[in-house]
Amino acid sequence: MSFQDTDSAVLDAETKDAIDVDRTKGDFKFPENHKFDAGWGLTSATVDYISDVKDDPDWVREFRHKALAVFESKKTPTNWATTDLDNIDFDKIRYYLSDGQKPKRSWDEVPPEVLETFERLGIPQQERAFLAGVEAQYDSEATYSNMKEELSKQGVIFVTSAEGLKEHEEIFRPYFGKVIPTGDNKYSALNSAVFSGGSFIYIPKGVKLKQPLQAYFRINSESFGQFERTLIIADEGSEVMYMEGCTAPKFETATLHSAVVELVALKGAKIQYVTVQNWSSNVFNLVTKRGLAMEDAEVRWIDCNIGSRLTMKYPGVIMKGERARGEVISIALANTGQHQDTGAKMIHAANNTTSNVVSKSISVGEGRSTYRGQVHIPKHLKGCKNNTECDALLINSSSRTDTYPAITVKGNQHATQHEASVSQVSEEMLFYMQQRGLNQGQAMSLAVNGFINDLVREFPMEYSVELKRLIDLEMEGSVG
Amino acid sequence: MTSTLPAWFTARQESAKARYESIPTPKRGDEQWRFANIKQLKFEGLSGVVKDTDTSEIIARSTGLQSPAAKFVFLNDEVISTASSLPENVICLPLAEALEKYSELVEAHFMKQETRLGSAKYAALHQASVKNGLFVHVPDGVEVEGSIEIHHWLSGETTVFPHTLIVTGKSSEVRVIEIFRSTDDTTPGLSIAYKDLYAGPNSGLDYIAIQELNEVSRMIAIKETSTDRDARSKSFILNTGASWARNESLSRLEAPGAHSDMLSVSIPDHEQEYDQRTFQHHVSPNTNSDLLYKNTLYGHSKTVFSGLISVDEKAHHTDAYQTCRNLFMSDDCEANSMPGLEINADQVACSHGSTSAQIADEEIFYLQARGIAPDQARQLIARGYSVEAVMRLKNEETEALILKFIDEKFARIATAGS
Repeated sequence: MSFQDTDSAVLDAETKDAIDVDRTKGDFKFPENHKFDAGWGLTSATVDYISDVKDDPDWVREFRHKALAVFESKKTPTNWATTDLDNIDFDKIRYYLSDGQKPKRSWDEVPPEVLETFERLGIPQQERAFLAGVEAQYDSEATYSNMKEELSKQGVIFVTSAEGLKEHEEIFRPYFGKVIPTGDNKYSALNSAVFSGGSFIYIPKGVKLKQPLQAYFRINSESFGQFERTLIIADEGSEVMYMEGCTAPKFETATLHSAVVELVALKGAKIQYVTVQNWSSNVFNLVTKRGLAMEDAEVRWIDCNIGSRLTMKYPGVIMKGERARGEVISIALANTGQHQDTGAKMIHAANNTTSNVVSKSISVGEGRSTYRGQVHIPKHLKGCKNNTECDALLINSSSRTDTYPAITVKGNQHATQHEASVSQVSEEMLFYMQQRGLNQGQAMSLAVNGFINDLVREFPMEYSVELKRLIDLEMEGSVG
Repeated sequence: MTSTLPAWFTARQESAKARYESIPTPKRGDEQWRFANIKQLKFEGLSGVVKDTDTSEIIARSTGLQSPAAKFVFLNDEVISTASSLPENVICLPLAEALEKYSELVEAHFMKQETRLGSAKYAALHQASVKNGLFVHVPDGVEVEGSIEIHHWLSGETTVFPHTLIVTGKSSEVRVIEIFRSTDDTTPGLSIAYKDLYAGPNSGLDYIAIQELNEVSRMIAIKETSTDRDARSKSFILNTGASWARNESLSRLEAPGAHSDMLSVSIPDHEQEYDQRTFQHHVSPNTNSDLLYKNTLYGHSKTVFSGLISVDEKAHHTDAYQTCRNLFMSDDCEANSMPGLEINADQVACSHGSTSAQIADEEIFYLQARGIAPDQARQLIARGYSVEAVMRLKNEETEALILKFIDEKFARIATAGS
């Protein structure tokens, strides 16, 4: 039987099962227990409430209010993006929920239901096994934040953004909101108005972290918006890898996640930022991520999107110093009911800078994946290079994929190339594997894993194993 | 225009006028005008003064192929010369005449498609203002030998609206070459052209547009191609002239077996800007399309390429390719590429590629080692680069004509020392 001819109705039910199997790990919740709740909807009173609870310095309060005005003045970008954005009702979202506790340094002090949440997600175990530090955010605030002792002795700072802006203002403030200005887009403005949680990391000169730092973002409450804000500064010659994971239980109503992540890699520094996004399929995930790479510095975004209803995320690198390097490695899996709208922005702003974008997407069932890219090389520069590759794999006859790159090159001292392809798993390939005793589902899984294998290897080992398993589960039942 | 215009036509012109007035002028931020120079859409500056032109001199300057199957010369949309050795059952007439004699046939095909690549307002203006052009209808089974050649001359500070409507019947074949030029080098004019191309079942339709207006004139050219079952349509655009040209080319693959080639060569210099938007629309399964656009940029010139391959839900077994290449010959040029894909079916093979680069020093060195001066070496490589797209036409006579225009442009660039 040919898998393309499979009745799509049957297939959808099976695909659905596959999602449900996968989601059980993150699909549980505890009763809400909030001391602080900013209520429904967003007004300047909401912003003041958040500022009061967080005891913001005046400059932060002012920053939030300005951002709120920008958010309200900006139109929803449906002139180029999906009209699904119109389905977000900003009045039916709660913008701040917390129990008012400071993040704990030890898991023993974390409230039992929160501890159980993260235990089930495997965070404490991973911390013991291979992480240099962990921050765990539960709704609006971090509930746990800890780092290996020897790192603090070296001067590494790994705290929540609230702590960063108060305790380390002299390092935090010059870069905060500079890589991604408030008005960059509607959702970065929203985040700037109501941000809470996220990490502030500073790696001192020459310090190279051998183990990754990790943040885990958990949404527990219904009709809630999570707006974490992360700023990572890697001083000259330092190196850091940061990983983030996220889950939420599946609710009937829409949940919003809108983060802003700013990276600053000073001369010769290296930052790798790894994301495995597995939100439940009611989450709108509208994230702005951008890195600044100075002379000889490198910023790499390694991004995997499996969950959410709609993800819009285009990690970018501004290569501001000579010989800076930017890279985006991206894997997206869009199942029925999902739209993964991802891509990359590469802004060359110095001579001899190089950037590389490799994006692979898989559309299953009625899923839709979109690649949007921007490469900009201005006129006064020399020796800039960009390579962009995006490949899409379509599994079923109702799967969708789109590619919208935009490349601007001025002057003749540069080289850019862009390639994209769309294909499907060939029947011959499946037949070959079936002949060797695999069933059709296993054969399909193997073929899909082969398609993304070279990118999966870019993830840390512990993640790549997890990733392969997730993709196996997502693919389960997608072929008849 | 004479009073014998059919009622349907005057009615369509009137509603087009209302449409033109109601559609807003494109503005910054419109996705279909991304990277475009919106300032070029200010058309008010033209005085409308038309100079007296010696028609016999224009006719003498209208050189093209050695012996075309038919030849028409238009000066500001007025016919000034016609010649035809076409088979009798082939209709090939100025549009104004065709509207009188073949009103129904024209009505069946005239501007049926919605303009969706950004210039709907200017398509409406064209429809409201069109006076003339050419209507070609090739009946079933007739293969026209040679090519139909059309010369459009723009003279004076004025706007012209040349229209081209080509319909091929079952298993027929035809090739049409249009050349757009200005009568002098200094008077700014505007041409808003529209081409309706219908390739009937199993037919072959080749359409070539050569745009060599003077470098103070502007052009908008909108082309709608419809390719039926097992038909082969091929279109080619050469841009060497105009200060600003916008080409919108939409190709619809209507039925299984349809094949569409979309080709273009652009060689801008000085401050010239070419803005090209394409759409490969696969409506039906088992169709294929292949696009190759090659730009060679000199001086302060700028190109924009925005292409989309769109595969409809049921259009399985589509093969669609799209390639745009930019060759940089100066430090001050700018190329913008937006190669896009929208795929709603599986069992498809689609790809797009876009590159921009300059000629490598090694290549120049190689030719220098063989006694060729660096300037000449660059020209030689640039010419060879353009030839790749021209050769896809697979018709020697046509290729030679296009290369003549390309070589003249290179010669102008060389003597100006750009």
